[in-house]
Amino acid sequence: MTITIAMPSAPPGTAAVREIESGAAKISVRDFDFFYGSAQVLHGITLDIPDQQVTALIGPSGCGKTTFIRSINRMNDIIPEARAKGTITIDGRDIYAPGTDVVALRRRVGMVFQKSNPFPKSIFDNVAYGLRIGGLTDKRSLREHVEKSLIRAALWDEVKDRLDDSALALSGGQQQRLCIARALAVDPEILLMDEPASALDPTATTKIEELIWELKANYTIVIVTHNMQQAARVSDRTAFFMLGRVVEYSDTKTIFMNPKEKMTEDYVTGRFG
Amino acid sequence: MSARRRKTVSAIAEGLCAVAVILALLPLAFILFYVVKQGASALNWAFFTSMPKPVGEPGGGMGNAIVGTLILIGLAALFAVPIGCICGIHLAEYRDSRFSSVVRFAADVLNGVPSIVIGIFAYGLAVLPVKRFSAMAGGFALGLLMIPVVVRTTEELVRLVPSGLREGALALGASRSRAVFTVIVPAALPGILTGILVATARVAGETAPLLFTSFNNRFWSTNIAQPIASLTVQVFTYAISPYDDWHRQAWAGAFLLVMIILVLSIVARLAVRRLEQMNRP
Repeated sequence: MTITIAMPSAPPGTAAVREIESGAAKISVRDFDFFYGSAQVLHGITLDIPDQQVTALIGPSGCGKTTFIRSINRMNDIIPEARAKGTITIDGRDIYAPGTDVVALRRRVGMVFQKSNPFPKSIFDNVAYGLRIGGLTDKRSLREHVEKSLIRAALWDEVKDRLDDSALALSGGQQQRLCIARALAVDPEILLMDEPASALDPTATTKIEELIWELKANYTIVIVTHNMQQAARVSDRTAFFMLGRVVEYSDTKTIFMNPKEKMTEDYVTGRFG
Repeated sequence: MSARRRKTVSAIAEGLCAVAVILALLPLAFILFYVVKQGASALNWAFFTSMPKPVGEPGGGMGNAIVGTLILIGLAALFAVPIGCICGIHLAEYRDSRFSSVVRFAADVLNGVPSIVIGIFAYGLAVLPVKRFSAMAGGFALGLLMIPVVVRTTEELVRLVPSGLREGALALGASRSRAVFTVIVPAALPGILTGILVATARVAGETAPLLFTSFNNRFWSTNIAQPIASLTVQVFTYAISPYDDWHRQAWAGAFLLVMIILVLSIVARLAVRRLEQMNRP
């Protein structure tokens, strides 16, 4: 990688960065910095993520995409020495304001991880987990919710006869869809996906992508991906990250067909990355 | 280095390893062989059911000591398992805090304290004030020996649970304690259980801390406020006596102890395998 100069020094909040196509901003990020100890990994991130659309975050490894997506549900809180500055608001409420109920936040902002992480419990108990900790105990209601979530995650037909089997007996692709079902069960408004298909084979990846496409009718989806074709296929908007900054944020078509920044073009055409 | 020289060095290293393994296993083999040879012949049904007989009277058994040992182990586990597990979970969860490093160090020191010293401590704390040896005091002493083992194994195994599971639970809106008790501890349970059984097996063979806590009892007793017989103390008493009859009984007791520990270890393994099967495809 030879690009060390020419970081676009456009101040955060330039028209190009702030502009939104349609719909209201579900998530608004303003001058968001993030530090691990003394190392700053995010610099003045400013962008608006629209409701009921898929926003893809792309960029080379170590550019801060994952740190950023984990900031939206404050998953980074569990890392000692991590520190955030600036604001992220969801529906106008600053989630980093003191006194924010992180547990309640995470119920509204679901997350699917890069490596599928089903609990060593039955398929049913995995999906029911979030509901149970939310206080739902009625068996019939639980069963209905579990079924609905599994149907939404396009997994129901494959597991309906073995809900009591261990979730670890499922294939990798099925496990990831189970994790999506588990996240959907608590009825979040936002779904964060951190490279959800990077460990899956092409068939399973296609299934996940189709799923994302269907889910966006009801959820605001933010997806981190290394796979440019995937970003182009599933997202409405794309943000290109580089060295902890947002280089360019626009609709996906513009980013891939007609990017404004040279660096974006170089990246999406595979000249570096 | 030529290929030949490399192969020679490799062969020598392998040979040294094999010798070391044999040296380590030999004493075990001898002990087992000797205990089985001497003990198995003295073992019969009466040994399990009848009470010790006075000197000179043939026969008799260790029925009361077997029950006594089980009671002592039970009391020890009752005392040590909750404390040890909770402590271990705390250490794993707050691994970097100052308090944790102090606790960890304390557990390691406690682990190294000679069991006779633990016995004296329990004597001072649980025997002297009430002026009576009791099963409770014995269980307390054994429990003190168990705690550090349970603490450290629990900590190790809770730490081994992949961080993805914790994040998954937190991302679903679980509080930290909820995540620990509904996901992380269940995932580590097979290992924690083994740790408990191994710790139990270890204290089952202890004699020194019992000598002046639970003492001994020639009669049938299950009262935990009274002195109680135990296999180890009984073996000790018989072994240092001048009577051949009692020596035979001591061997039988030793044999039984070894068997109990063997069975505990096997049960631990089976339990782990079962739990793992439930957790794996």
